[in-house]
Order: sequence, then C-alpha cells, then structure tokens
Amino acid sequence: MSEPEVGIIDQVVTQEYKYGFTTDIEMETAPMGLSEDTVRFISAKKNEPEWMLAWRLKAYHHWLSMEEPNWQNFNYPKINYQEIIFYAAPKQKIQLDSLDQVDPELLKTFEKLGISLQEQKRLTGVAVDAVFDSVSIATTFKEQLKEKGVIFCSISEAMHDYPELVKKYIGSVVPQTDNYFAALNSAVFSDGSFVYIPKGVRCPMELSTYFRINAENTGQFERTLIIADDDSYVSYLEGCTAPMRDEHQLHAAVVELVAHNNAEIKYSTVQNWYPGDKDGKGGIYNFVTKRGICEGAHAKISWTQVETGSAITWKYPSCILKGDHSTGEFFSVAVTNNAQIADTGTKMIHIGKNTKSRIVSKGISAGKSHNSYRGLVKINKKADGARNYTQCDSMLIGDKCGAHTFPYIEVNNNSATLEHEASTSKIGEDQIFYCAQRGIGLEEAISLIVNGFCKEVLNQLPMEFAVEAQKLLAVSLEGSVG
Amino acid sequence: MISITNLQASIEGKSILNGINLDIKPGEVHAIMGPNGAGKSTLSSVLAGRSDYEITGGKVEFLGKDLLELSPEDRAREGLFLAFQYPVEIPGVSSTNFLKTAINEKRKYHGLEPMEATDFLKFMRSKMEEMEMDKSLTSRSLNEGFSGGEKKRNEVFQMAMLEPKLCIMDETDSGLDIDALRLVSAGVNKLRNKERSFLVITHYQRLLDYIVPDYVHVLYKGRIVKSGDASLAKELEVKGYDWIKQEVEAAV
Repeated sequence: MSEPEVGIIDQVVTQEYKYGFTTDIEMETAPMGLSEDTVRFISAKKNEPEWMLAWRLKAYHHWLSMEEPNWQNFNYPKINYQEIIFYAAPKQKIQLDSLDQVDPELLKTFEKLGISLQEQKRLTGVAVDAVFDSVSIATTFKEQLKEKGVIFCSISEAMHDYPELVKKYIGSVVPQTDNYFAALNSAVFSDGSFVYIPKGVRCPMELSTYFRINAENTGQFERTLIIADDDSYVSYLEGCTAPMRDEHQLHAAVVELVAHNNAEIKYSTVQNWYPGDKDGKGGIYNFVTKRGICEGAHAKISWTQVETGSAITWKYPSCILKGDHSTGEFFSVAVTNNAQIADTGTKMIHIGKNTKSRIVSKGISAGKSHNSYRGLVKINKKADGARNYTQCDSMLIGDKCGAHTFPYIEVNNNSATLEHEASTSKIGEDQIFYCAQRGIGLEEAISLIVNGFCKEVLNQLPMEFAVEAQKLLAVSLEGSVG
Repeated sequence: MISITNLQASIEGKSILNGINLDIKPGEVHAIMGPNGAGKSTLSSVLAGRSDYEITGGKVEFLGKDLLELSPEDRAREGLFLAFQYPVEIPGVSSTNFLKTAINEKRKYHGLEPMEATDFLKFMRSKMEEMEMDKSLTSRSLNEGFSGGEKKRNEVFQMAMLEPKLCIMDETDSGLDIDALRLVSAGVNKLRNKERSFLVITHYQRLLDYIVPDYVHVLYKGRIVKSGDASLAKELEVKGYDWIKQEVEAAV
C-alpha cells in the first residue's frame, strides 16, 4: 500500500473496547484449581440434588481421562487448570425473587452495559437473564412468561423447581463425555439459563441471557438448556462482555437445544468478549459446545451468530436433524482483527428423511488475525431426500491476515443434494476510494462495505439486536485498514 | 470553478503530468482528448485525490479552496464528482443505502441535519423519474452484476443525486454501445446548467457528438498541447493524433 494511504489510516483512532471496565464487589470464590473437591464445592454451593452431583462427578472423572484436542487450526498456550478459579459469585445473598435485594453495584454494572434489569425500564418484548461470573443475578418478566406456561429461569433454579425436566434433558444433546471442554463444563458449570416452552405456545417475547465475566483468574462455565415442546416457538438471544485483563480467561460453555414436533428454536448470539489488545495480550478463550436436536418431524433450529470478540473463538453450533422434514440453519458472521483467532462453523447431521440444512458463513479478517470456517455436512444412510446448501464467504482487510475454509462432507445416501459455494474477496482500496469520492469517509465506508457483505446474516437477527450488531461490526474493524 | 496551474504528478517515480494549465468557469463543458498514455485518467485521479499519485508541483484552486490540501471525501463534499471509468461493485449495499450515506455525510460536512428517510426516498424517486432510471436499479447491490451501460448510467444517476458543481467524466464512453452511449449522454445533458461545469475525458470524438463541449483540449505527454472549440474534436476524428504528436516533436 502506498505511503499517503497509510497516513490516512494512522489518523483513524482505534476505539477502545467499550465494556472493559471492572465492577468492584466482594466475591465469594472457590479455592483456585480443579479437583473432585471443586466439583463438590460448586454442587454444594448450589444446594444441588444428589443426582446432579453424581452427574458432575461422572463428567469430572471422564474429563481426567481425556486429552485436550489439537486438531484445530491455531495454537494456544497450554491452559493450567490449577490456576483457574472455577466459581466466583457476588457475596451478598441474593433473593432471586426480588430485584430490590440485588446489590445496586450489580444493577449499575448491567445498566452500564445497556441491560436494565428494572422491568419497567426494559424494552418491552425482551426478557433477560443476567449472569455475572458464576451466578444468575436476576431474570426479568418471569411472571408474565409463567402465565403462558413458559419457564425462563437460571438453570440452578430449574434444578430445584423442575428437576424432572432438567434430569430428562441435560446432557441429552451434548453428553458429559462429548468432548474435552464439554466434559469440563459438565463437571464445573455454575449457572446459565433454562427455557421450556410448552406445547402449542409461541413465546410472547424474545428471551435473552447476558453473560458478564468480571472476576480475575476465573473461568465462566455456563450451561444453557432450551426445550421447545410440540408446535411451539421461541427466539432466544445471548450477549456477552468481559473486562480488559492481561491474562487470558477461559469461557467454556455448553448450549443444548431440543425441538420437538413442529417446534422452532431461533438462537442468536452476539459475542463480544474482550478480544485482547492489539498484540494479543489478554482476551477470552471462547471454547464452546453448542448443539441442537430436531427431535420431532418438521422441527426447525436456526443458529445465528455474530462473533466479534474473544482472543480465540472455537465453536461449531450444530444441528442433529433427526425428525423427518426437519430443518437446520446456521448463519454466521465472524470478525477477527489484530491478533484474534476464530475457528468456527457448524455441523449438520442429517438423519431423518427430507431434512434440509442451510449454512451461510461470512468471515472477515483484518490485522494479523486468522479466521477459519470449518463445517461438516453429514448425510446418514436413511436420510432420503436430504438437502444442504452451504455458502461460505471470506473477506480480507489488509494483507497480513488469513482466511481458511475446511468443509467436510460425508454422504451415505445417493438421493442427497448438496451445494457448496465459496468466495474470497478483499476490501479493496478501489472500494474505499470509490466511497471517498462520493463523500463517504474511511470508517463509514468500511462499515458500509462490511455490513453489505454480512447482510444475509444480519437480516436473521431480531430487530433490536441487528442495529447493535451493525454498530459492533463497525467498531471491531475500526482502524483495521492499512 | 476550477483553476489548474502547472500541475505535475508522478507515480512510482515516473512523471505523468508535466505542467497542466486549465481554467474552467461555471457552466462550461471542457473536453480532454488525447492518445493512450497521455495522462488523461491520471488527471482525473489526481483531481479526485487518489493516493497512488504524488503531486510534484503546481496548484489547483477549486471554488476558492486549495483542492490538493483536501482529502478525497472533502473534495467530493465540496462538490467535485468523478464519474468512474470502472465503477466499483459493492456487494450487499443497495444504491439507496449508498446514496443516503453519501448525501448525509455531505450534509454533515456542511453542518446540516441528516435527511429524513421519507424525504430522502421522495427525493430519490423524483430524480429517478427525471433520469428515467429503472426502479430495480436502486434496490440492487451497487454495481453488482450491472452491465457496462447500467454502471455508467448509475454513475450519472449518482451525479444527479449528489448535485455536484464540477463533474469529471473519465472515459465514460468506454465499453458502451451506441444505444447506451446515447442514454448516458442524454442523462448528462439534463444535468448541464449555468452553474455546473464538466470536464469530459475521452479518447474518442463520438461521445462529443452527444455531449457538445465548449472547449476541447488535447493532452499529450502530460501537457495540454492544443486547445480549440468543438471542431477540434472533429478534426482529430478525421486526422487522428499523429499530426499533433509531430507538431509537438517538431516544436522540441
């Protein structure tokens, strides 16, 4: 790139990560490190039933026998699990049924993040579960939802209030032994959201969980379980942020979705964990297992993710299409800047007849980051008439970043139809100059071009969050052209 | 409108413009012609502010301002418009969104509030009617999958929307068949008025049959070597550029 251009770019000030503040609050933590005692500690803290502890311990012992995976397209320093605090909760005993008793410092924290927990101030139409480090702080609109039979609460509460449901479904999509990080999560998960939509109910509002990591040296291990019974519908959104810290923090979550006959679950993620500084110091390791099963006929699960944060994003939200005529969708935007890494994609497992899946992945790499799409489309023997469409586009900004695509296809039934399209493009100086010549400055131009590139995916997000996501994309890429 | 004095520019150490002098008054249409490699497109790029070129001398005054001091986007906001020879595709961005952003950025620069969405759409609709644009053009992604003719017409449509003071047209006729050329020219002629000036850069005379210039200049080896009225273009069409080259060489 020629000299004068660099000059212009130098003038673009990289916006600081907006959510990097910390909350000063007294915490209760588990002793550092991981042992059977840690698992027992967490289970006791949550006053869990015996079966739950047994479940956790099974996971823990299995985890001990496993090895950290190494097939991914990046390296990271070995994680020392004895230097992580697996449980951290604000000290004040929270009465979960009354917001008045939530520590004002916590309310302020969420307020600052744009999440008001005071229901009257909330956007109507969105119910929120707020998770701070290891515990759920509050869930809004619980009562209104209950009238419709919708259960929306923290998973800790669900264990006490709806043990049959939890017992039946937890681990049914992502077993404790599934993979290294899922096993770890199963042993030490501390909280997360639980959703149950009864038969025939269309959930009257968007449900959302906001995850906040605050404490130092901690990991966040939450577990989300969403069940949509026959003929029901729910749209769920999660958002997340963390303070700026110099050390890496591990976030290893598990999300399980179950859609019964003719039910639909729309799961959207706007991930904005702290990405680390421009040299890759600090930032969250976002190693997450997300999977949904279309259990019944004509069920539908749709994943939409906008991934802009984290030092490393490593996850493959997947669909098991078991019910005949069921549908799986995956819409993804992954942005990496500076030293960030993303290795993300999906797995579509076609088991039922006439199952359909659609994958639209948009990767944007800037700085010296690396962005990989990795996806599996598997058509089982009995999946007659299965169809998949995959579209995988990469955009490069600058010439020090990388985009990689690893599509895996396994077809065991001749009646399947698969389409795969891929493209790679560069934000060109020509595009930037064209915009400039029409009076559009550098930042606006990048935002315009990137949002155009991601349009198909952003269109999938609920309205309230689409605007947020657009802004986030622009901010994440500020100062990236050069 | 614009006053170019002894403008010199080079790329990667190679001198392309070797002292351009040109004065354009409001409402005038000037044509720049010349053989390939004479520096025609460089002149348009330098005026628009493309950073690949180094300005090695001279000055350009645009509406009382030092043009060369302004960033490309500020030049545009001041009213300089370049119709590109090769308009760029921007996938996923509709013409509507693009033009709305452009207009509001310009308004911001001039201290005006952004245009209300409904006002903008009304404005756009009236311009589309005036320029006889197909309705589908505006919702399609900018220039993506457009034919050569559609791209050039879209450039002229953007010109109509942004209401510039000086329009530079860089080989707008290249790659156009005769019907498209006629449509594009008709659009440009609609935008001619007493205040607006045009600098039409072309290799061929045929464009100037439709957009009749007040002045014609011949650019050769980075200098304007001959100027005249529209008849000079006709003469070039008949005689080619060789006689001008010979005149110049003889003078040296």
